[in-house]
Amino acid sequence: MNLTLRVWRQAGPDAPGRFETYQAADISPDSSFLEMLDLVNEGLIEQGEEPIEFMHDCREGICGTCGIMINGQAHGPASQTATCQLHMRTFSDGDELVLEPWRASGFPVLKDLVVDRSAFDHIVEAGGYVTVDTGSAPDANLIPIPKDTADLAMDAAACIGCGACVAACPNGAAQLFTSAKIAHLNSLPQGQAERYQRTESMVDVMEEYFGSCTNMGECEAACPKGISIDFIAMMNKDYRKAKFQNRRSA
Amino acid sequence: MTVLDSRIPDGPLETKWEDHKFSMKLVNPNNKRKFDIIIVGTGLAGASAAATLGELGYRVKVFTFHDSARRAHSIAAQGGINAAKNYHGDGDSVFRLFYDTVKGGDYRSREANVYRLAEVSNNIIDQCVAQGVPFAREYGGLLDNRSFGGAQVSRTFYARGQTGQQLLLGAYQALSRQVKAGTVELVTNAEMLELVVVDGKAAGIITRDLVTGRIERHSAHATVLGTGGYSNAYYLSTNAMTCNVTAAWRAHRKGAYFANPSFTQIHPTAIPSSDEFQSKLTLMSESLRNDGRIWVPNDPDESRAPGDIPESDRDYYLERKYPSFGNLAPRDISSRAAKVVVDEGKGVGPLKNGVYLDFADAIQRLGKDAVADKYGNLFEMYERITGENPYEVPMRIYPALHYTMGGLWVDYHLQTTIPGLFAIGEANFSDHGANRLGASALMQGLADGYFVLPYTIGDYLAPMLGQSKVDTSASEFAEAEAAVTGQIDKWLGQKGTRSVDWYHRELGKIMWDYCGMERTQQGLEKALSEIPALKEEFDTNVRVLGSADTINSSLEKVGRVADFFELGELMCRDALVREESCGGHFRAEHQTEDGEALRDDDNFAHVTAWEWTGDASNPNEHREQLEFDAVQLSTRSYK
Repeated sequence: MNLTLRVWRQAGPDAPGRFETYQAADISPDSSFLEMLDLVNEGLIEQGEEPIEFMHDCREGICGTCGIMINGQAHGPASQTATCQLHMRTFSDGDELVLEPWRASGFPVLKDLVVDRSAFDHIVEAGGYVTVDTGSAPDANLIPIPKDTADLAMDAAACIGCGACVAACPNGAAQLFTSAKIAHLNSLPQGQAERYQRTESMVDVMEEYFGSCTNMGECEAACPKGISIDFIAMMNKDYRKAKFQNRRSA
Repeated sequence: MTVLDSRIPDGPLETKWEDHKFSMKLVNPNNKRKFDIIIVGTGLAGASAAATLGELGYRVKVFTFHDSARRAHSIAAQGGINAAKNYHGDGDSVFRLFYDTVKGGDYRSREANVYRLAEVSNNIIDQCVAQGVPFAREYGGLLDNRSFGGAQVSRTFYARGQTGQQLLLGAYQALSRQVKAGTVELVTNAEMLELVVVDGKAAGIITRDLVTGRIERHSAHATVLGTGGYSNAYYLSTNAMTCNVTAAWRAHRKGAYFANPSFTQIHPTAIPSSDEFQSKLTLMSESLRNDGRIWVPNDPDESRAPGDIPESDRDYYLERKYPSFGNLAPRDISSRAAKVVVDEGKGVGPLKNGVYLDFADAIQRLGKDAVADKYGNLFEMYERITGENPYEVPMRIYPALHYTMGGLWVDYHLQTTIPGLFAIGEANFSDHGANRLGASALMQGLADGYFVLPYTIGDYLAPMLGQSKVDTSASEFAEAEAAVTGQIDKWLGQKGTRSVDWYHRELGKIMWDYCGMERTQQGLEKALSEIPALKEEFDTNVRVLGSADTINSSLEKVGRVADFFELGELMCRDALVREESCGGHFRAEHQTEDGEALRDDDNFAHVTAWEWTGDASNPNEHREQLEFDAVQLSTRSYK
């Protein structure tokens, strides 16, 4: 396959960016999208040109490091597929692909296709945990958890923190990411003690970095793990309750 | 050759750890904040250690080269985590888990360490459940288990096929809590490039900020490496792209011994590479071998589609060679058998680099729906990667590197041969011997980080009360920093012609061919002449573009590959001197008549620990003799 790439190149956080055009020639349809980029980079290095920097690591869709806007879509055209799991057979010979970094003011560009997602860590630091010091836990089977509850918590916990939800959102909102963590912990018995404190603090920190949710649903469509926007509704309900609950206990 | 002191406590195996916890020195809660600890790595071991030491009140600084602590490669572990809970009353116990682990490791691990591992396994499950890790449940609400890797009991806890992800997120969240509390400072995008040793003790590290390029000095009373394994020495492995040996290797060059580097584990069922530029391999669950039949065509020049090849022209080589085990032959045997047929030219697929794993019989016998019920998600994953539908055409599989049992030598306290430098998780060599059992990597990472290191590090620190950490203006820090910047300038300054990846791929081929599934004296000697030659060319001809003050992935990689060259040489040397076969180390000269590993307990029941001498081709060999009191050494039998 032969493709034309228009790639966002930006030397650093404060440098101006521009699109550059590259040819990806002789690409095997069986190669992955990132292997195609590896090959383009090898060619660039050979010509003495600096390779395109992009985010990647596990290349099996679980670490959440990768993420490229491909023709305007976060992680490209395949549904429930992270960029690293995308294969070239999804595209056709002669296609032109536009590659951009995640587009969101909460994720400033560091270089080329690499962005800073540290805001996600700060949201988790605000309460995305259960307070339990090592060694203080009771026996694991002490509290039975209905299978449905455990399955629901797992559905939410499957989030890989890639940021596609934010990149896909016209508002640059992080509701899907935040609600997935809140729903994971708030639905389990272990998470009840800190439920309302957690919800309020995480939402407040989220709002420092990201836009507001207007229920567009683009996040769910872009999510490589198929996280449901139902969790946003659960989070909003808990946030409303938290506003009363936390005021009472303050 | 010196004899290493593993500091195994006296007393009966069952009470060693309990007694030792009492006899170790403690640091008073109010004094803990007077100690600084550096932890490198935020995988299961690093993150759990950082969180726990932070909770205890130490001042912790934890480093990851990822953009977030949650990206560490522990996240990719699928299967599960073992613990001796015996929730199913099927006869499990701490002793049985200990026994299975020592035996599974082919009697090349340290009894006392493994017993402690089995002992704390139950605490791990309690801790993780309390953190909210959503383990699979039964309808009654209690924890579900499955059996794994041929164990005779159900002791594996799991969270769908994402157990590593959920355990890592649990540890990451506990770590995040300490970051918020201010006990732990988390430094992301920071790669450790040098260990600083002052008066024979670990004094700190030198890091490079991967975004700004800034080189920084960090000092602490103790340093802990939880930096993972080195499967990427083979270039193609199931490890993530950035997994590397650099932190451990730079520590090795400063005096930490490297133990059993040749003990690597090869998983039999990965998807073979589709072209030369494939960047990594993806694992398919071994459970597929329960119903799939493995075969290759008889004729190396076979050109028909697999479905058109009649039974008479197929070689079901595992069923033929191992009639009693058939397709369920142990990992190492089926991996080697696949290599034999592929080397004979009978490999399948466009590159002739795989073997068929065929479900046609199972689909005919059980029906497509039943097969889909069992393996649906795996079939889907396979189709996503290869574009082929395994319900209609046989899967293609081939073995791949995925775990390394070797690592930095540590004593019972998890301390390396450099006082004040500790190694935890896959980065150390301690618990798996020559072969790791399935679902035991997660257990070991968390055991070290949550329940072992937090005790043993106190014993090291307690006598240092009142001593301040080494100032970063010390000459040793300046020298280490100068070494780092000098090396970076050299890479960037030279006008090479070939990319870092090109050299990495070439090194990987040598390692895979001569130090892979089957090793021979002749092959290893060949590798030992080829690696230094290639390294010499690499040193002068590798091309690294761009500058040091920005994100520069070629610059990050070049240092890691340089370390893989030196490590690769040591791995081959280690494989060469170990004149026996055990676990993942198979020397073709040492096998039984039916092709199984032939151990030599009289001469090789020891750990080989290598000391860096400044010359990669001439390391010093040291030994730790392994004593077995609780377990009887026997030949692993699969029949």
